[in-house]
Amino acid sequence: MTRTGFVLANLGRKKTRLVLTLLSIVTAFLLFGLLQAVNVLFSAGADFVGATRLVTQARVSFTQSLPMRLLPQIEAVPGVDKVMWQQWFGAVWQENTQLIFFATDSARLHAVYPEYVMPDSQWKAFADTRTGMIVGRQLANQYGWKIGDKVPIASNIFPQQDGSKAWTFDLVGIYDGKDEEWQRSTNVGWINYGYFDEANQFGKGRAGTFTIKLTNPDRAAEVASTIDRMFENSSDETKTQTEKDFNIGFFKQIGDIGLIVRWILFAVFFTLLLVVGNTIAQSVRERIPELAILKTLGFSNGSVLAFVLAEAAALCIIGGLIGLGLATAIGIAIGGANFPIVVDGQVWAVGLIAIVVLSLAVGLLPALRASRVTIVDALAGR
Amino acid sequence: MWRQIVAITSLGFRSIPERLGPSLVILVGLAGVVAVFTALLAMAEGFRSTLESTGRKDIAIVLRGGSSAELNSGLPREQGTLIKQAPGVAQDASGRPLASAEMMVIAELVKTGEKLGSNITVRGVEPAAFALRPQLKVVEGRRFEPGLKELIVGRGVAAQFQGAGLGQTLRMRGSEWTVVGIFESGDANESELWADVEVTQSAFARQGYSSIRLQLADAKGLQTVKDALTADPRLNVDVQTEEQYYSGQTKQFRQTIGMLAGVVTLIMALGATFAALNTMYAAVGTRAREIATLRAIGFGGFPVVVSIMLESLALALIGGATGALIAFLLFNNMAVSTLGANFTQIVFRFAVTPALVQKGLVIAVVIGMVGGFLPALRAARQPVTTALRAA
Repeated sequence: MTRTGFVLANLGRKKTRLVLTLLSIVTAFLLFGLLQAVNVLFSAGADFVGATRLVTQARVSFTQSLPMRLLPQIEAVPGVDKVMWQQWFGAVWQENTQLIFFATDSARLHAVYPEYVMPDSQWKAFADTRTGMIVGRQLANQYGWKIGDKVPIASNIFPQQDGSKAWTFDLVGIYDGKDEEWQRSTNVGWINYGYFDEANQFGKGRAGTFTIKLTNPDRAAEVASTIDRMFENSSDETKTQTEKDFNIGFFKQIGDIGLIVRWILFAVFFTLLLVVGNTIAQSVRERIPELAILKTLGFSNGSVLAFVLAEAAALCIIGGLIGLGLATAIGIAIGGANFPIVVDGQVWAVGLIAIVVLSLAVGLLPALRASRVTIVDALAGR
Repeated sequence: MWRQIVAITSLGFRSIPERLGPSLVILVGLAGVVAVFTALLAMAEGFRSTLESTGRKDIAIVLRGGSSAELNSGLPREQGTLIKQAPGVAQDASGRPLASAEMMVIAELVKTGEKLGSNITVRGVEPAAFALRPQLKVVEGRRFEPGLKELIVGRGVAAQFQGAGLGQTLRMRGSEWTVVGIFESGDANESELWADVEVTQSAFARQGYSSIRLQLADAKGLQTVKDALTADPRLNVDVQTEEQYYSGQTKQFRQTIGMLAGVVTLIMALGATFAALNTMYAAVGTRAREIATLRAIGFGGFPVVVSIMLESLALALIGGATGALIAFLLFNNMAVSTLGANFTQIVFRFAVTPALVQKGLVIAVVIGMVGGFLPALRAARQPVTTALRAA
């Protein structure tokens, strides 16, 4: 019998206990995977946008819109390459589902966000169709929209000239993200600012925020402070920051979800540690005479320690991998635009570290105890 | 029968100290489940009670049609006047409608010790606003003077944000606003900054209002107001009571937290059930000879089952109670804030209520039952002779 075989055979000596312990580990890692994915979503969800763009908002709040007359002034600042503006549309789909829609200029969107990938013909159609809109792949899939559809979208803010808040747009393009992370953020819809501003009843000539593409990302701080100084003491004071900081600030507003998630993880892990640790300790206790026989046969203290540790590790690894696998599957099954949790490489990396830590934490004490068994005492049943 | 149950159960309980490790597993497992469950729902509960206590039944709130929140709403000045004069609105001593036209905007304030800003509601109000919210009391300083850039600040905001303390100044739209008073109301109003509506309108370059609040004259007032305003072709508005408005805003948060709590508790409960089963199987295993002996001298199978389930239940209950206590000690009354429907921070406190604790304990009992049942069956069904011979 090989050493691996020996470890596995020992694990299987009490089937019920093995299965129950494994199931506890599986559920714990399932929860771990899902919560960690939510945690990543809130804490690092903004990382991928990088620091190549700046966002200029009204200093008082980004919900206060800025007048379009700021545009030429911002464009004139050295270091600014392209400027795009976007106005929050307050889109509502059917009964009461809020969607993320902005009014913008199609050419500027294309220039400032090269990460959005769409055929040139569709970019052109967006520019040429006044009532046109483009949506991200996620959004299109979620609601089953196809190019050519006329989509009724209401606004909870802007009425048209006739007072109606029901708008209709022609879907002329569906964009993808340039990589997996950007694909995940394709839950935004865009409409033409020109049409929006003309048809809209009030608040004309205003942009929510300006997004600025820099000629050189290293100059971000300098450009930001130049812009903000330009409008200081006016009634439209600005606050300019990197897109990443803007996004982090945005997510942080939702509340300290990360903290709550960490508390839950802590509770789960502490519980798990006790369950598994206790099971392994018990199985070592029951086998003390056997361990003594192993030693009599010439196995060193080190090998006995390794056997027990390997058993603990095997339990944690098998249970952990199944749990993380389940979490991944569930993430794929329920992940959508509204609940974009993805159990990705990052989550797996943390999960694997957790498996190693857990193996050591629960295996080390029983293993040390096993390695310290004295043959005579153990065989005599003392 | 009863004497048998009592005898076996007390025998079992007295041997718990010898099986302390495994018994602790149930305890800790259940404590974890109940603590997480209670804490999560205490958060949802705190949010709900804060918002719902803000809204009153006898006050109507009028928004532009289809707005769903004050932030999205906008009513021109002349419409504001029309709405206030609707039939069904109560009048004050001098015969004017008891109504307040209000405008809300958002200001970014920075929490003490932080760098990024949070959205805070700035509410421009008319004098009647105070009459419509009798629970709101200025506890430090004084009310703002109409026509001046002065603010009064809710207790929740004043404590947490830079520049929001009494006598300090906040910079909004290129000018300085002085904090002249701190108010308390025990509800969502405490998360706001209040100023004179005219001053706010001119500072934020807006002409209209976000909402009109109307004191209803009687129980039928809402319907009267609704009928009158809907019939008016010049208006396109939504009318609802404050209570409906605020409880509608809690729905999404409660659903989200409820779902999170549901999923997390379900998975943790599964894990805890496996752990409990493991513990009780082990307990039954170590007591196999003892139980077989009892059976041999005439004890029935049923008392054995009952006693083992009682043991598992007791452990589960103690664990669950510990968990609820942990949740209470760590989280009860802890102030947190999240984004409300107006996209601004609402400060609220975790509320660990007796009803929540009760639900948590029910979960503990169910897990204890399930965890005890199968092992109890195995113990009772074990052939006496085999068990006596083994080990």
